Amino acid sequence: MNTYVTGAVSALSMIVATSALAEPTAEVLHYWTSGGEAKSVAVLQKEFADKGGSWTDMPVAGGGGDAAMTALRARVLSGNAPTAVQLKGPAIQEWYEEGVLADISSVAEANDWETVLPASIAGHMKCEGTWCAAPVNVHRVDWIWANAEVLNANGIEMPTTWDEFNAAADKLQEAGIIPLAHGGQAWQDATIFEAVALGILGPDGYHKAFVELDNETLTSDAMIAVFDQMRTLRGYVDSNFSGRDWNLATSMVMNGEAAFQIMGDWAKGEFMAAGKVPGEDFLCASAPGEGFLYNVDSFAMFDVDGDDKKAGQELLAELVVGQNFQKVFNLNKGSIPARTDVALDEFDDCARLSADDMQASSDSDALLPSYAHGMALRGAQAGAITDVVTAHFNSDMSSADAVQMLADGIANSM
Amino acid sequence: MIKWLEENTPKLVLAPSFIAVLIFVYGFIAWTAWVSLTRSRLLPKYEIEGFIQYERLFASPRWETAFGNLFVFGTLFIVIAMVLGLALAILLDQNIRTEGAIRTIYLYPMALSMIVTGTAWKWILNPGLGLEAMVRGWGFENFTFDWLVDPDKAIFTIVLAAIWQSSGFVMALFLAGLRSVDGEIIKAAQVDGIPTWRVYTAIIIPAMAPIFLSAFIVLSHLAVKSFDLVIALTGGGPGYATDLPATYMYAMAFSRGDIGQAASSAMIMMLVVFSIVVPYLYSELRSKDG
Repeated sequence: MNTYVTGAVSALSMIVATSALAEPTAEVLHYWTSGGEAKSVAVLQKEFADKGGSWTDMPVAGGGGDAAMTALRARVLSGNAPTAVQLKGPAIQEWYEEGVLADISSVAEANDWETVLPASIAGHMKCEGTWCAAPVNVHRVDWIWANAEVLNANGIEMPTTWDEFNAAADKLQEAGIIPLAHGGQAWQDATIFEAVALGILGPDGYHKAFVELDNETLTSDAMIAVFDQMRTLRGYVDSNFSGRDWNLATSMVMNGEAAFQIMGDWAKGEFMAAGKVPGEDFLCASAPGEGFLYNVDSFAMFDVDGDDKKAGQELLAELVVGQNFQKVFNLNKGSIPARTDVALDEFDDCARLSADDMQASSDSDALLPSYAHGMALRGAQAGAITDVVTAHFNSDMSSADAVQMLADGIANSM
Repeated sequence: MIKWLEENTPKLVLAPSFIAVLIFVYGFIAWTAWVSLTRSRLLPKYEIEGFIQYERLFASPRWETAFGNLFVFGTLFIVIAMVLGLALAILLDQNIRTEGAIRTIYLYPMALSMIVTGTAWKWILNPGLGLEAMVRGWGFENFTFDWLVDPDKAIFTIVLAAIWQSSGFVMALFLAGLRSVDGEIIKAAQVDGIPTWRVYTAIIIPAMAPIFLSAFIVLSHLAVKSFDLVIALTGGGPGYATDLPATYMYAMAFSRGDIGQAASSAMIMMLVVFSIVVPYLYSELRSKDG
């Protein structure tokens, strides 16, 4: 009798224990499918498994994530959302408005995300005050990369203003070197455009124009100056740039065919993969002007049913923002950790410069979202701006016309 | 019972595919029309807001370019492919030797996918890599052929590649038509001493009118749905100079989360196809009744 009771009690307690500690499961939809990216995700998978979780990977190929978003749309419409999805910027809020995101505030508060993340990046992870996403990394977008040997041979310093850049480019052009390596795809035109805009409009002007969509700033003389500088830059690009991929432009800088490239820090990955050393073979500097444009990858957490899935979601969120993952992932990916308290000893000089600038910009309210990479605006508005930028860059449209088109295009996209 | 089955088996067998067509073609056309009247963004919404998406569409300079390109591309592509196809067919019809081999060579591009055609022509037309670089390499330093990177001319490179792809197919259609014209009439004309070119212009080509119509229908729907060729050849660029309605719709639906806008552009594309196909169907059905 006694043994019977003990047995029943222990059996019961086991049941209670297992249901309380339901094995965490997570189904993760992402589009990190290239070599370095896949390696980075594997780090997270391993950590997740070490904590007793079971991970279902759902990679959807296609760098821009269009295919992944289509897959996500189908899953959400069929009422079967994945646990976590690689999403970024205002797209997180757009999905929140569809009423399908989960609240992970308990994890965020337990791990003190509020203090370890820069305020403007934390802002992207919140949906009406609750935490709904976890940041993975920070890519800086407004970088200038240069071939050190070419600059040395022509006696050129890394430019710190757009006028200096133009003077350097004129000199290079006379020496028969392509000043600016560029790929003529709409998003690359937009990447240069926002770097120029930040330099000329300044952090406040940039925020007014590309976050608030303030009509006065969009049609200001400063904006005309931005388009004028774009026209000048167009003159520094070789005639064969149309449709070129960004990494081909990077290799032009690498082999000395061109001097500069304006591109996010994923270009660094190309230099590093080719065995180049920052500071010796290639130089990195922030694009002329104050401020820091970021592109933050993150995981948005979707509303799921079941204790195991909820446990998986919480574990995933905790790990993603954890010290170890932030370090290992970003070493692989070439970006920098989103949290500011990770030791950067193993990172290269460009990454450390990036982290310092991020901290400084965060303190001076100059840490700004990249519009070209979907951080500042929703798809329709960002697309309307890119249409104007690329149409202007690839034709002889006047800057005044471009500014008018910009205002009209944005009004039409609402 | 058996009698009933005998009478209704065809209907029963056809019913599933009929229902599938009804839902997945006409049902979804109706659904797209509905969505095009809403303010759908990321996910479809169903509150009707009127013609707001069409107003946005016609105010968009990018749509203007895309729609204009459809007419430039469509007209040039259809006319040139038909003329070229007819010329090739007439030349092949002169009982030349090795006709089989030549016919295969001209027809073969049709076997390639548009993606392959687009990628191959992208390399051929790239000024730094293809034709221009080659001719300059031969010593003609001033030779320039940079249509691919010139926003005003890039749409013509799409026409070029599409014609290369399709004119062999048009040739095959016309050749079959030429061979089906009654040989007796032609012989009678030859006995009367009528020159060959007159035989073609006055007898053979008019007799081929139905073939022209078929070729026109096939080519025009190829033109309206052109998507893969643009993606492979220019990616819509430089800028958005070579956008077509199909690439515009894709960008709105899948890259920008603007489903309402995509739906309205899809409806306009469908109207263009209808305006070509409906008169054709009408003439076909009427001639059978009469």
